[in-house]
Amino acid sequence: MDKFGKLKENLIEYFFLINGLLVIFVLLSIFYLLIKNSIPAFTEIGFTGFFTSAYWNPSAYSSPSYGILGQVVSTLMVTFGAMVIAVPVGIGTAAYIAEIASPRVKGILKPVIEILAGIPSVVIGFLGIVLLGPIIANTANLSNGLNALNGSILLAIMSLPTIISLSEDAISAVPDRYKEASLGLGANRWQTLVKSIIPSGLSGIIASIMLGMGRAIGETMTVLMATGNAPALPGSFFSSVRTMTSTIAIELGEVPYNSTHYYALFAVGLILFIMTFVVNLVSDIILHKYQEVA
Amino acid sequence: MSRDMKEKIGFFVLKLSAFLVILILGIILFDIVIKGAIVIDWQFLSTAPRKGMTEGGIFPAIIGTFYVTMITALLSTPIGIFTAIYLNEYAGKGLLTRFIRMAIRNLSGVPSIVFGLFGVALFVQGMNLGTSILSAGLTLGLMTLPVTITASEEALKTVPDSYRQGSLALGATKWQSIRTNVLPVAVPGMMTGSILGLARAAGETAPILFTGAAFYLPFLPGTLFDQFMALPYHLYIMATQHHAIERVRPIAYGTALVLIVLVIIMNLSAIIIRARFRNKLK
Repeated sequence: MDKFGKLKENLIEYFFLINGLLVIFVLLSIFYLLIKNSIPAFTEIGFTGFFTSAYWNPSAYSSPSYGILGQVVSTLMVTFGAMVIAVPVGIGTAAYIAEIASPRVKGILKPVIEILAGIPSVVIGFLGIVLLGPIIANTANLSNGLNALNGSILLAIMSLPTIISLSEDAISAVPDRYKEASLGLGANRWQTLVKSIIPSGLSGIIASIMLGMGRAIGETMTVLMATGNAPALPGSFFSSVRTMTSTIAIELGEVPYNSTHYYALFAVGLILFIMTFVVNLVSDIILHKYQEVA
Repeated sequence: MSRDMKEKIGFFVLKLSAFLVILILGIILFDIVIKGAIVIDWQFLSTAPRKGMTEGGIFPAIIGTFYVTMITALLSTPIGIFTAIYLNEYAGKGLLTRFIRMAIRNLSGVPSIVFGLFGVALFVQGMNLGTSILSAGLTLGLMTLPVTITASEEALKTVPDSYRQGSLALGATKWQSIRTNVLPVAVPGMMTGSILGLARAAGETAPILFTGAAFYLPFLPGTLFDQFMALPYHLYIMATQHHAIERVRPIAYGTALVLIVLVIIMNLSAIIIRARFRNKLK
């Protein structure tokens, strides 16, 4: 190859590389802009006022307060509720698809899950208001059904596709010889599934749960529409709660740019970013370990 | 309890959970289709809202979603495909490649509302693009990148190595073999990836809340620097913010149905292209 041809080949490779580097750059910019816009909030409000108070009232005339504890607890509570529902249903469905379902049933379930994954969150939130809300209100005898329970159920629906498809991958990846050995020793198919296959795929299953959890923590529209948005520490699953994502969504449109309130919302975003980052990182680490073993 | 009994009950429970998932999707689709279909007619699709959004159609929201999705596509499709080409065709196993992959995975986990904050800080304020189609589209474009990259790389992976080797053995350079032997085969798969990403972007609300979506506009956007109405945002408004919520419920259902149909059509066409592409490779 002549010199010019070689140069051209190298330039083309660099061109593609630059696109890859851009992705790193985007992630770093997000992190940088969140930190940059959070620092004024931390200096003006103070770490203790921000993290240890549950009292969030930025528009109070004389002394606005910016405690995020109530939002953090609300986010964790709604997410926890979602996982209580989504984990058993998700793993159950994944095990059903991987081990029991006939090819025909699989052919129905897989597109069902893909379509469910594609339904926009604002549509799920809307159904939380018009469909699930009244059901909860009637069953529990409440004035309205917009509360943490509603949010949890909707978030469970939203994280199911993630948990199902990744758990199914993990279960299907368990080598056949594990199954054959268990069946050969006289175990039946249920015992094989519960005592051999699921434990072998456990790291992949846990990673899928973590990813589903990450999605639930960061989900905005469903909780914004369906949880009632009362900014306080939640009492129970029947209380109206306001999560971190909802707070940003409700207030960012009303605040003047570069005010303390504006920076405080970026600080909430930063905490949110760090929470989901850690959850995804842990999921990633677990998944890598599991790939090395398998 | 005998172990056979346990097996029967266990399998029944698994079957029940799978059935529950189908039931959930069924209820979602059934409710929206039944209550949405009655308001949808040509007028609903082709006219603007009237009388304080209590009557009329959703035409500006359809157009707005179309415009913003175009901007998203213009940003995320080329960058996504080029990155996938780098990762699958050029990248080694070094630290840099690991960092790029880590960044992609982390980017896919960033909450959509955080992308909204990012869009405000970078595009609306930092680059002075204001709340506009451009700001919203660029924000969605960056958010969509991980989907486009991952799916495009999958498409490149399915091209057998023999396609590359055959061309290289005949004296073609690396880029020549990628261009003539790999890309033509991978293009349908890459289209699948882009469409899947765009379907997600078209249904997103949180990132456009503060970067350009408007409550109500009496006219269609004229330039990329105008605000716009969008289907998901319109649904959010009609479901929670409107002054006569109960009265506009049918419009909200109609909007939800149009949005769902749009997203499902995009997903289905992506899935069909992918299936054809796989058959062709066989």
